[in-house]
Amino acid sequence: MQLSFKKGRLHAGPKPLPGKLSELREGEAGILDRIELPEAVSQRLMELGFIPGTSVTAAQSAPGGDPRVFRVDGTEIALRRETALHLILKR
Amino acid sequence: MGPSFPPPAAKPNSRHTVALVGPPNAGKTTLFNRLTGLRQKVANFPGVTVEQHTGRAKISAQRDVFLIDLPGIYSLKPCSEDERVTHDVVMGTMPGTSKPDAVLLILDATNLTRHLTLAVPILSLNLPTLVILNMADDLRSRGGEVDPAALAAQLGAPVALISASTGEGVEKIFQFLEGTAAADHRRSEPLLQLPVLQTVPRCRQWAMQAGRGSSYQAPAHSAWTRRLDAVFLHPVAGPLVFLLVVIAVFQTIFTGAKPLMDGVQNLVTSSGALIANVLPESIFRSLLIDGIWKGVGSVIVFLPQILLLFLFIGVLEDSGYLARAALIADRSMRRVGLQGKSFIPLLSAYACAVPAILATRTIENKRDRIATIMIAPFMTCSARLPVYTLLIAAFIEDRPLLGGFLGMRATTMLGLYLLGFLAAFGTARLLKSSVLKSEQTPFLLEMPPYRWPTLRSLGLRLYDRAKVFLHRAGTVILVVAVVLWALGSLPLENGKPPAIENSIVGTIGKTVEPLIAPLGFNWKIGVGLITSIAAREVIVGTLGTLYGMDSNTQSVGLQQALQKDLTPGAAVALLIFFAFAMQCMSTIAVVRRETGGWSWPVAQFAYMTFLAYLGGFIANHVMSGAGPSALALFR
Repeated sequence: MQLSFKKGRLHAGPKPLPGKLSELREGEAGILDRIELPEAVSQRLMELGFIPGTSVTAAQSAPGGDPRVFRVDGTEIALRRETALHLILKR
Repeated sequence: MGPSFPPPAAKPNSRHTVALVGPPNAGKTTLFNRLTGLRQKVANFPGVTVEQHTGRAKISAQRDVFLIDLPGIYSLKPCSEDERVTHDVVMGTMPGTSKPDAVLLILDATNLTRHLTLAVPILSLNLPTLVILNMADDLRSRGGEVDPAALAAQLGAPVALISASTGEGVEKIFQFLEGTAAADHRRSEPLLQLPVLQTVPRCRQWAMQAGRGSSYQAPAHSAWTRRLDAVFLHPVAGPLVFLLVVIAVFQTIFTGAKPLMDGVQNLVTSSGALIANVLPESIFRSLLIDGIWKGVGSVIVFLPQILLLFLFIGVLEDSGYLARAALIADRSMRRVGLQGKSFIPLLSAYACAVPAILATRTIENKRDRIATIMIAPFMTCSARLPVYTLLIAAFIEDRPLLGGFLGMRATTMLGLYLLGFLAAFGTARLLKSSVLKSEQTPFLLEMPPYRWPTLRSLGLRLYDRAKVFLHRAGTVILVVAVVLWALGSLPLENGKPPAIENSIVGTIGKTVEPLIAPLGFNWKIGVGLITSIAAREVIVGTLGTLYGMDSNTQSVGLQQALQKDLTPGAAVALLIFFAFAMQCMSTIAVVRRETGGWSWPVAQFAYMTFLAYLGGFIANHVMSGAGPSALALFR
């Protein structure tokens, strides 16, 4: 359902595990490892539920794929890709 | 209910204040309204309350407790203006507000582990605290559970499981308030010690433990929310649904409101005629009929239309769709340098710019906040509706478009809304690429679950709005009508009122006429532009009075009078002028307050008036030069 224009998808071979929250596709889940953002922002993200060790599921997005809604800890929070890019998942 | 409090000891005349604290969208204001009987605004999205509100809750015949409703917070580390208010009040550093004697901590029971995190800093304040688990009905219906007594033992603080919207369990809050008013509170020793180091992960860990210790079972995700989001956030269906809703709203505002408006119009006309027949010919009759009835009456006619608009906005806000709209809009907002969070105040500016400007307090970035304040008055507020409707009904022929689904008049209205929207976005871009350039702050928005708007809540919104509208008609518009009538009847010529052109108001109008003649406006419009600086809809009342006093147009309605007196070019110019101009005293005042000085509101007023003049000038010249092909659209 989701259009993706990422160049990486053209490569053949086994699909690597997503390393960042922004790489999760709708319905996929991952365990958060760390947040690589300034203190104030990561504080707020943690308050919203993005705590390292928590499972995060990607849900719907706005048309165009950005921002996307993530399910974490029973709630739904929308993040832009530019933010989700800095939320690193456990491999 | 956990540890109970002893019955109140007699301690009269002491003023007890209790603060309502909790995360955003936990239902603090709904509870506040229920406890105090007041009616602060509630809606289903985070960040509705941006100021502190105080109200009294009567706990016994002799004793009141003062409740302070506060903006939602996630922690005691504030990021935005609204969060700072809560922080300052709770810490006792807010000027003019004493430190609260007790706290009602309101948490959403369907989201308990996350919301309990806030209990750590709040319980650490060591104030008597009642932990309220709200939305008990939601929790049950979605298969969740919690044991309040066990949680109370864990926390060492009383816990009440309630539903603020249905009133279930609210008596436990009154018991608590009685106890604290007696100034005798004891906190029992908690089973679970608060974490020493209060980092978010530690607090969360603590919250999970507390949840486990009270057999908390999180409810299933609302199935309806998922189903609705599958449609509203669908890449194709989502924007399509949005568009259909907008078109339907505009069409309904025109066709749906028409019978009601005709009804009010008939009432105004017939009651005026009745009074005119009963009263003898006199100065007093002239004041009542030509001044007041025609002035105030011409504005009151628009009440049904405005209520219909507020009904739509109410449904959008209470259902939770607004947060989805902000999500969809984020991409376009980013293009002009703003973020999706600015979209929520901008949407509420369709009702009125004043609450919209207050709502910008939720925007963390100060420059983004000022940019949003600067563009909010471009959004088409409900006060423009009477002006637009009057001119469109008088000058645009209603031909069906899109196979009859949309009329020409509704399309014109839609075009004017679009014009305001484009002006707002263009201005945002201008500001964000120059004086208000800033680093982008991340867009983090909580999606509330969808809820059915209740008839009670919608009814109250409409009732409150009708009161505001009628109050304005009964004060500002009435006073303007009386003053205009007086200035229009003076100076007396041979003991009789002069022709309106020769009166004081005529002289004032004629003085400004050369200035506005390039837009095609006559002196009467000029007077209307001056009086409508108070509020936009005042121009409708003003024109009602002026044409009502003019012997040439006295016998016909305001629409026909305008058709006789204005060219189509001037009518379009006037529509465009009102789309852009900042004709609103209350908005100017609130911008001054929120930006902390006169420079922003003055710049804003000058900029918007300039744009209005330029737009009107161009419209008038294009329309008069366009020849019969364009004029064929008009009568």
